[in-house]
Parts: sequence; structure tokens; C-alpha cells
Amino acid sequence: MEFFERFAVPNPNPAIYASMVAIVVVSLAIIFGLTYFKKWGYLWREWLTTVDHKKIGMMYLISAILMLFRGGVDALMLRAQLAVPDNKLLDPQHYNEVFSTHGIIMIIFMAMPFIFAFMNLVVPLQIGARDVAFPRLNAISFWLFAAGAMLFNISFVIGGSPDAGWTSYFPLAGTEFSESVGTNYYMIAIQISGIGSLMTGINMITTILKMRAPGMTLMKMPMFTWASFMACVIIIFAFPVLTIALLMGTTDRLFATNFFTSTNGGMDMLWANFFWVWGHPEVYILILPAFGIYSEVISTFSGRNLYGYKSMVGSMVIISLLSFLVWTHHFFTMGQGALTNSIFSISTMAIAVPTGVKIFNWLLTMWKGKIRFTVPMLYSIGFIPLFTVGGVTGVMLAMSAADYQYHNTMFLVAHFHNTIIPGVVFAMLAGLTYYWPKMFGFMLNERIGKWGFWFLSIGFVLAFFPMYITGLNGQARRMYTYSEATGFGTLNFVAFIGAGLMAISFCIIVFNIIYSFKNSPRNVGEDPWNARTLEWATHNPVPEYNFARTPHVASSEAFWDAKKRGHELFKGEIEEIHMPNNSGVPFIMGVIFFIAGFSFVFALWVPAVVALIGIFACMVLRSFEKDDGRHISVEEIKATESTYGGAHS
Amino acid sequence: MKIDHTQPLEYSTQQNQLNILGFWIFLGAEIMLFATLFTAYFIMENRTGNGPTGPEIFEISPVLFETFILLTSSFTIGLAVHAMRIGHKKAMLAFLGITLALGVAFLSAEINEFIHYYHVGATYQTSGFTAALLTTLGTHGAHVTLGFFWGLCILIQVAKDGINPRTANKSFIFSLYWHFLDVVWIFIFSFIYLKGMM
Repeated sequence: MEFFERFAVPNPNPAIYASMVAIVVVSLAIIFGLTYFKKWGYLWREWLTTVDHKKIGMMYLISAILMLFRGGVDALMLRAQLAVPDNKLLDPQHYNEVFSTHGIIMIIFMAMPFIFAFMNLVVPLQIGARDVAFPRLNAISFWLFAAGAMLFNISFVIGGSPDAGWTSYFPLAGTEFSESVGTNYYMIAIQISGIGSLMTGINMITTILKMRAPGMTLMKMPMFTWASFMACVIIIFAFPVLTIALLMGTTDRLFATNFFTSTNGGMDMLWANFFWVWGHPEVYILILPAFGIYSEVISTFSGRNLYGYKSMVGSMVIISLLSFLVWTHHFFTMGQGALTNSIFSISTMAIAVPTGVKIFNWLLTMWKGKIRFTVPMLYSIGFIPLFTVGGVTGVMLAMSAADYQYHNTMFLVAHFHNTIIPGVVFAMLAGLTYYWPKMFGFMLNERIGKWGFWFLSIGFVLAFFPMYITGLNGQARRMYTYSEATGFGTLNFVAFIGAGLMAISFCIIVFNIIYSFKNSPRNVGEDPWNARTLEWATHNPVPEYNFARTPHVASSEAFWDAKKRGHELFKGEIEEIHMPNNSGVPFIMGVIFFIAGFSFVFALWVPAVVALIGIFACMVLRSFEKDDGRHISVEEIKATESTYGGAHS
Repeated sequence: MKIDHTQPLEYSTQQNQLNILGFWIFLGAEIMLFATLFTAYFIMENRTGNGPTGPEIFEISPVLFETFILLTSSFTIGLAVHAMRIGHKKAMLAFLGITLALGVAFLSAEINEFIHYYHVGATYQTSGFTAALLTTLGTHGAHVTLGFFWGLCILIQVAKDGINPRTANKSFIFSLYWHFLDVVWIFIFSFIYLKGMM
């Protein structure tokens, strides 16, 4: 293609032009607002250069919610297109781009930052640490994620979005069939944010292994910390595979190599295998921290300790191992032979066992408990039946013989939404509500929150259960329209209504945040939920140094024991605290990575090389830097503690 | 910064211990990275399309030279760490310098090898086999290149600041990285070159 043609607006229609105008207007409004209110300095000092795990967590959270809306708009467009037979709302190419970006945005740029948000916010507090092991690296991880996300998001206005599905199977994703730069965006944006994810994994494992409070053995760690730990172990093993797959995909597209081509010895199935060796464990990277949040929420609001702690840990370990032994179930119908299909069929079904153990443990935690139906608890209770349906349909799909019927139909689409939405999204919304006072020092409104929950749950059932039926009747996924005669019309319209209700529920949740920010009482105290784990033993919101004195732990519910059994958490005098310094380098590296990524997408080699040199310059700068951080004096800590009400002074 | 004198210098602060553990975990990820590359290579090994096969393009003498140099550099980086442990700054700098020089020699041999491949018609675009071969070798080579500049930064810092907990920690981590590259090379030597030439 001609040089300038590559940058063209991919789907010139009023909606795209409207979003371009919206992007420009919003950017200008942000720049103007920051200048008018003189907030540039504040933004730079407090956020862009921060290495504080709590602030990084909040930035992940904000990004995740923004991406939830981006992916949600994609979803609405898809459902609107399918709402009636023979619809002409989107043209086929545009539809391809929308379902491809919907998948990527939701998995990589919504769910991943959501779990990283909670890992960052909660894990150091749960283990009584001052920060993560590598605070600066943590900031780099976030800014790499942000660079990848921004790069991916501009694809629909500059040059074209990926259009080969979220799995980007070759040769469909090769230059022959996917002509725009869309798949370049896919390869490079995910690569950049994937490096960030890997570094978060390293950071969290080191933090959890080395920085636990005195007395906290591995088997006394709170369940969310355990879940994050196992998820990070999966990250370490899964993400490098993706790195290589994306590298090969990139060179195939940019340098005409022959990894995944259908000529000259290329092998398209290699991509599919690599993708799913990462892709299947990826779903457990997402679901395990979600399970961790459910464990915290359910035991808190049942007023009981978590039933079967050891079996919970054991089942997570088994799930992590099995997650690497199932990837081939993604190609049951691609002719790999009966023996392979049987083995992977069994290993896939086997995951239902440890998952079932966890479900029973949650139910038994609630049994004889005194349940409080708060918003986080409603999400957790709603999760159990909905997720079980998703799990059971998963076992149906795992039967390789039967999979010839379901394969690539709406049944599959219904199944994985049925696990990921109640599994991950519900958990994240439960965690959002549960940890909101920990982050910001006020509660979200319960009444509005419950409206949000019911709209989401009912919307979810209406949106996805009809797909099971149309899928079994043969409605293929990724088809941009269908004829009247198929009879899919009514059920698809119901699904469209469900999608609408879900959209309303997300608006309610945002409204709740704004409403509560204005109206909720401040000073909710340190323990508004009567919770059980260590993160609630410090103030709300948490001071910069987390704990004025390091806690001493004797059980997995240290804070509960402190409240009920008089266990002494904080012993000894306040000592001065060592903290890392802020740094602008991670943010700058994020910006340079964005420039490098953009240059690679469009094969602009000169700026790409300049940007790569910039990245190495940042690394050399870091190597020569002597930054031992700073110390917070005892007087300063005492002064801070007394402004918080002096609970532990 | 609390320094624990009962520990070797590179482990003597809490941050130093974190750095080393974190780096071991990073190496775990690197093992997965190279394992993936090897998997790709083994699958692509015989998918040569219209291009040459492995036995047609591999030559034993440059590969033996590269292997010898890299293994020696692993030995010298070990000596550098030993010199660091006994506080002998000059010896440490010398061995670090020799290691990096051997790294450069390795890289120039590898670049020559790539030029040879180009001349015999085994380019990046030729076939699935050449793409996998050059990507695997290239990824290792890129790691060595990065390691060279990294080691250079550390060399300058040791020369300027002497051996202290900070520089000792950096040097030790760098030595882990360098040994790791050697281990990867042993796999490349055995399972790409030797297997390809048999």
C-alpha cells in the first residue's frame, strides 16, 4: 500500500468520525482543565511519577474501567448488528474488527489490569509489607501496560483494527488476508503490555516470598495473596510463550518470514498451539485472583473463617498445573487424532474437580454463617450458580466427540462469557465495592450498588443464555448476519436487550461512584465491613507507608484474631521507615515504548530505531543512578498517625 | 540501608536479596522463552521449503570457536565474582573486561556466521527452517549484545565506586545472566548444530 494510505481511517462512517471528534474534544478538555486548575504539577508529582503500589493499583483500576467501557461499546455494536436478521448496521469487515478488538480489549486491557489493580492494592497490605519488592519496576509495568493499551485503542481511527479474531489465527492474520496494519497493532500492543505483565509477575512473586510480616508462614497467607501468587506463577510460565509467538507473528507480517505462512515450510498450526499454550493458562491467571476475592468477601460477610483453607490452596495449585495441560482442546476439530483428543478431553474435564472443591468450600463457609447481603456479597452469591452453569457447559465442550457439534458456535461464546463474566467481572466489581473504603476512605452507596448488581445479573442471563440455544441450533460465531429463515431472530433480540441492561448496569456503577464521592460520609473508620484479614488493620485510606509498625501475625486471619482474641498485632515502638523515591523514568519509558510501537506498526524504521535507543538510554541511566530512597522520620509518622485518628499511636 | 556483614556482599542488604531472587524468577521466564524458541525450531527443522537444509549450511569450525569462547567467558566471569568476593578490585575488573572481550569475539563470529548463511541463500525469508534458526540464534545473540552493554555499565561503576554492596549485587546478578546465556548456548550447540550435522 502507498505510504499515506496506511494511515487512513479504516471504516469511514459517521460513528467513527464522531468518536474521532470525541477523542480530540476530550483530550483538549483534559489539557485545558489541567492548565486552568494548575494541576500539571500535581499530576506529575502524585501520579505520573509515583512508585507507590496503592496509587499504581488505582491507575490500573481506572484504566480497567475505561477499557470496560471501550470493550462494552464493541459488545453493544455486535449485539445490535445481530439483533435482527439481515441487519446492515455494520459491514462485514467492520464487524470483524469489532469482535476482534472486543476480545482483546476485554481480556488483555480490561481483565488483566483489573486483577493487577487488586494485586497491587491488596497484596502488600495483606502480607504486612511496606511496598512491593521492586517499586520502580512496578511503575514501569503499569506504564508499559498503558502504552500497549493506548496503542491498541488508536487502531480504530488510524490505519485499522485487527480483524482476524482475538486469537488472530494465521494464515488469516497474515499479510495475504489481513491487509491493513490492524494485526500489526495486535502483535505489538500486546507485546508491550505483555512485557509489563511478566514484570508484574516477577515483582509479586518476590514480594510474596520475601516480604511477609513476621509470623506469616506460607500456609498463613490470606487467600487472595495465595491466589495472586499462583496467578503470577502461571504468568511466569505462560507469558514468554506469547512473547515468542507475537515476535514470530510480527516478523511474518513485517519482514516476510515464513513461520505461519502456508508456503515455504511455514506452519499455521504453530501459531494456534503457541497462542493457546499461553491463552488457556491466561484464563486461570484471570480467574484465580477472582477466586481469591470471593474467598475474602464470602468469609467476611458470612462471619466465618474460610472453610477448607488447605484444600483451597491445594486446588489452586492443581488448577495451575492442569491449566498447562489442556491447550489442545482448542483444536479438537482440526484433525489431530483420537488419542490426542481423548487425553486433552480428560485433562480438560479434570479441572472441574478442583474448581468444584472451591465452590463447595465457599458454600460450606456460608453454611451456618451469619450472612450479610452487602453488594460485594451479592456479587459473590450471584457468582456461584452462574459460574457453575458456565463450568458445566465447559465440561460439555471438553467432550471432544460432542465438540464437533458445538465447535465455533454461539454455544462456545455463551460458555466462555458465562465463566469470565460471573467469574472475573463479578469478582472485580465485588472487590471494587469491598476495597473502595480502603482506597478512598468512603463507602459506595449500597442501595445504588444493589441496583447495579441486579441489572448486571438479569442482563447477563438475558444476553448469554439465549446463545446456548442458538448455538446448539447452529448459529456460528463471528458471522456478521443471518437470514430470517434460521429462526435465530427472536433469541438474538432477547440477547440484545440483555446487553442493553448490562450497559445500564455499568452506567449505574459509575453513577454510584460519582454519587458516593459527593454524598457518602468520610471517616468510616479502619474496619467498615468488620473484616478478617490484615489489610483492614491500617487506616482508610491507607497512609503512604501502609503500617506505622510492622504487624506480627499468628494466623491467616490475623486481624480477626486481634479483634476477637486479643492477639497483639503491633508490638514495639515506631521506627523510621525507608521508602523509595518517585521517578519520572517509568512514565517516560512508557511514552517511548508507545512511540516505538507505533513506528513498528507502520514500519517507520528511523523513529523506531531512535525510540529503541531511547529505551536503552533509560536503562543505562537507571544503571548509573544511585537512589537509595528516603526515610520517613518517627516524628513524621506520629504526626501522620494522629491526623488519621491515632488508632495505633 | 542496613548492611548485614554475616552475608556475602551481594546478599548483604534486604534489597540485594530481593534483587537476586527476582532475577532468578526472571531467568525462569527466560527458560520458558528459549524453550518456546527451541520448540519452534524442532517443529521447523525439516520444513525447509525450497531453501537449504541444516546439514547443507552448518559448518563445524566457527561453531566450535564460538562455543569455546563462550564457555571460557563463563569461566572468567566466575573468576570475576571470586575476585569480588575476596575484595580484589583490579583482578575483578580484569576478569570482567576479559569476559566482555570474549563476548565481543563471540558476537563477531556469529555475525560472520550470519553473513555466511546469507551467501549460501539461507536468509530470514527463505523458509520456515531458516526463520526459526535465525530467530533462535538471533535471540541468543541479542541477549549477548545486551549483556555486553550491561556488563560495560557495571564495569565502569566498579571502576569508579569500588566493590560495595550495590556494585557487588549488580555484578553477581550479571554473572547469573551470563552463565545462563552459556547454558542456552550449550543447548543450541547440541540440539541445533550437532543434531543438524549428524
